[in-house]
Amino acid sequence: MTTVVTVRDLRMRYGDNDVLRGVDFDINSGEVLCLLGPNGAGKTTTIEILEGFRIRSAGEVTVLGQDPARADEDWRARTGVVLQSWRDHPRWTPRRLLTQLGGYFAPYSTPERTRPHDVDLLLETVGLADLADRKIATLSGGQRRRLDVAVGIVGRPELLFLDEPTAGFDPQARREFHDIVHRLAESEGTTILLTTHDLDEAEKLADRVLILAGGRIVADDSVDGLSRRVEGESQVLWSIDGTRHSEEVADATAFVRALFDKHGDQVAELEVRRASLEDAYIALVQQHEAGHGDAAARLFTEVAR
Amino acid sequence: MNPTTHAIRLGLRRGWTEFSQSIRSTQDQGFYLFTAALVVGYLFLRRNTDVEGTDLMLPSVALPSILGALIAFGVVIGPAYALAMEKEDGTLLRHKAVPHGLRGYFVGQLFLQSAGLMPQMLVILVPSFLLFDDLMADPSGWLTVAWVLLLGLLATMPIGMVIGGVVPSTQKVGTWGMLPVMILGGISGIFYPIQQLWWWVEVIAQVFPMYWIALGMRSAFLPDSAAALEVGESWRTWETLGVLGAWAIVGALLTPIVLRRMARRQTGSQVEAARDASLQWIR
Repeated sequence: MTTVVTVRDLRMRYGDNDVLRGVDFDINSGEVLCLLGPNGAGKTTTIEILEGFRIRSAGEVTVLGQDPARADEDWRARTGVVLQSWRDHPRWTPRRLLTQLGGYFAPYSTPERTRPHDVDLLLETVGLADLADRKIATLSGGQRRRLDVAVGIVGRPELLFLDEPTAGFDPQARREFHDIVHRLAESEGTTILLTTHDLDEAEKLADRVLILAGGRIVADDSVDGLSRRVEGESQVLWSIDGTRHSEEVADATAFVRALFDKHGDQVAELEVRRASLEDAYIALVQQHEAGHGDAAARLFTEVAR
Repeated sequence: MNPTTHAIRLGLRRGWTEFSQSIRSTQDQGFYLFTAALVVGYLFLRRNTDVEGTDLMLPSVALPSILGALIAFGVVIGPAYALAMEKEDGTLLRHKAVPHGLRGYFVGQLFLQSAGLMPQMLVILVPSFLLFDDLMADPSGWLTVAWVLLLGLLATMPIGMVIGGVVPSTQKVGTWGMLPVMILGGISGIFYPIQQLWWWVEVIAQVFPMYWIALGMRSAFLPDSAAALEVGESWRTWETLGVLGAWAIVGALLTPIVLRRMARRQTGSQVEAARDASLQWIR
């Protein structure tokens, strides 16, 4: 497996505020990696540095074989950025805009990877086929975001950046968006880096999650792996003859087996509650928002050990 | 396929698309008609006013000056607003995210702003030529109109681009762009001869391109005898070429540097900050 992104000791300082204090990670080809963290943890700064939009204070960064701060236009052609659009191109139509922006990728087309995407197919993929010739100004927020996704992938990128892609989505739009990301990762083999502050979204999309807090990475694992690391005791709830019982146990499976061995059919209303990643993550976010970035980072590092 | 020339072609297509969308938009049509009504209305009200020292009527003398001022104004304020706005709404960032996109964006902007002058001039020239006599002394003047227009564009458009590039927000284009251009318009001999002003104001006006574009336009439309009204009683064609040419060269050298620096600083966070700022007008 080839490494698409390498980040070593990345640091960013605005004035005398250290936003990133030594971040290290790699992204492998074809991976969907999620940068998870509370607002202000440095996720956007990190992704903007990798996109080549922001100049870092220190550290080494290689993206698709080049330093994004000095990368050329050929490098740009291999990446895609999904921007949070706002009110640009109000008089254009989705079809016209995609044709125009996709056009820049045509000189970079290769037999293995023809660029850009066919505009009609792309509009179909993001569910804008019926609105292809409407003025962009008349699109709803969710439709606009789908157009943003289409613009981000029109050049068939090898590496796609998504910064808080579903902010402001309703549940339906969110679901559709997740489907698009899955399809991209599977059928195109696109490597995807996305940021979110929503654990649930990270769980749905990512092969691997990096949790960013206090300017450092405090956890780097799959969501399952993270859950297992966070798990300590589980709470088991059951009832026998209408009497409710509950117990904190280390090995829930063994405990439940013993329970059935002893009481058999009498056991009812069985429930096992795992100490969840969510609890640990929410504690981290709370600490962070209270302004204790360092404490938050420590807390999570201890829990997730 | 060479990506650079390909990007220039895409930029021209972009400019054409923007231009055709603009002339179809009621908002832009309204703007053209509004300026035309102001100018033609002013000339009509003063159609019987003699211009002292000549046998010409006021519309003949004022029309070329006003055209010159409108060109300078449009080509400075137009790109300044466009750039300031498109920095904020993410248009520029979109182009930064595609290969050679910024080149295409600026080519498109050059095309759009230049092409936008055509409807602006037409809506003023057509009714003026129908309403007033003696506007064009000699048909060869149209040739002069062409080169003054072209050189004027090259001299003033970079100023607008630089203002749009450095201005911190769209709301500031008023103070950074509009105000100085209005002041220049006031002292550039558009509405009264420049010689009536203090000598130092006269010097300042002649440093900037607006005066020279208006002078060039007068030299195109008016008979040679009207040169008597000008500084040095001459059209000073060589000086016009020199001053406008100098601005064009400085602009061509300086603008890419300024715009490149500005584009380097474009980030998603900046666009987001602008969106937040736009929702909060009073601070």
